[in-house]
Amino acid sequence: MKKIVSTGALLVLFSFAGASMPALADADDIVIDGAWARASIGMNRPGAAFMTIRNTSTEPVTLIGLSTPLAMMPAIHETRTSADGVSSMTPTDEIAIAPGESVALEPGGLHAMLMQLQEPMTEGETFPLTLVFEDGGEATVEVPILGFAARGPED
Amino acid sequence: MKRMRVWGIGATAVAAIGMMLFVGWWQVDGPGSPEPMGQRPMPLTEMAFSLTDHEGNAVGPEALLGNPTMAFFGFTYCPDVCPTTLSDISSWLDALGDEAALLNVIFITVDPERDTVAAMAEYVSYFHPAIRGWTGPEEQIARAAEGFRDVFERVPTDGGDYTMNHTASVFLFDAEGQFVTTIDYHEARDFALPKIRRALQQEMEETT
Repeated sequence: MKKIVSTGALLVLFSFAGASMPALADADDIVIDGAWARASIGMNRPGAAFMTIRNTSTEPVTLIGLSTPLAMMPAIHETRTSADGVSSMTPTDEIAIAPGESVALEPGGLHAMLMQLQEPMTEGETFPLTLVFEDGGEATVEVPILGFAARGPED
Repeated sequence: MKRMRVWGIGATAVAAIGMMLFVGWWQVDGPGSPEPMGQRPMPLTEMAFSLTDHEGNAVGPEALLGNPTMAFFGFTYCPDVCPTTLSDISSWLDALGDEAALLNVIFITVDPERDTVAAMAEYVSYFHPAIRGWTGPEEQIARAAEGFRDVFERVPTDGGDYTMNHTASVFLFDAEGQFVTTIDYHEARDFALPKIRRALQQEMEETT
């Protein structure tokens, strides 16, 4: 319940601040660049969001979860393709980011998997996605929804 | 006596190491090794399956002969690999321009339970118009996948849903139905286009 309230509060915050990018949050320690997602067909299929998460602090941080009003079950997943070409997806419990390092969520690798959509993802709209860190810190980014066949944040 | 024991231990150790090496060889390179997964797909002329395209037409491998073919297996509930690959394919087709019209481009679902003809029709409409979506009964999908040497597996997910693991390579065949090569997932476009042109080239050579 607490999580939902805090996400709501962040939403309000963003509606005042405007959806500026890159988003700065968590005492400016976490910088999220190039966030994007593809439009969905309806609500039955899972969506995916991509971005680069940079740790600008002097301490390591660990991403442990996601929350968004858009999806009931958001989670970090990783696509792996084996030597014989078979692709599979597995949930990733946590991602450690060393000081000054960044981690890329990009097609064919890590992505924010958005399961149980609450509404369709419509091209041209945005949605807030909150990254939850082990130390309790949170960073929220407003993710632009691009076309269904988009290939990257510039499309 | 003491020396004998040392010799005995030494001999046992050598025998044990030899045995380990033999077992290792047997499993990895020897007769006990698993069938290689990366087998070549069969020629289209030797495949036999019947599916339905996204416009409701009955289709099969014979429908692909006469033009080079680019084929990809996936499913429409796939959030990452499949839209990425179909976007890649769309961009290759755009780059080929008029030549794209010479290619059969098919997207075969490995998830016919959710990917009905209507679902496939809606899904392919978001990509290059040359891409055809094929679906059908599970056993026909399995026969198609076997011919292409494409493997897939249904995997349950947390929310009671399921996802599919599947071979995400793009297969290229020439106009005679002979396998040419694959474009592996996320191969740079610089490598993909020459491969597609090679499949197209073989058609030109065969017809002249």
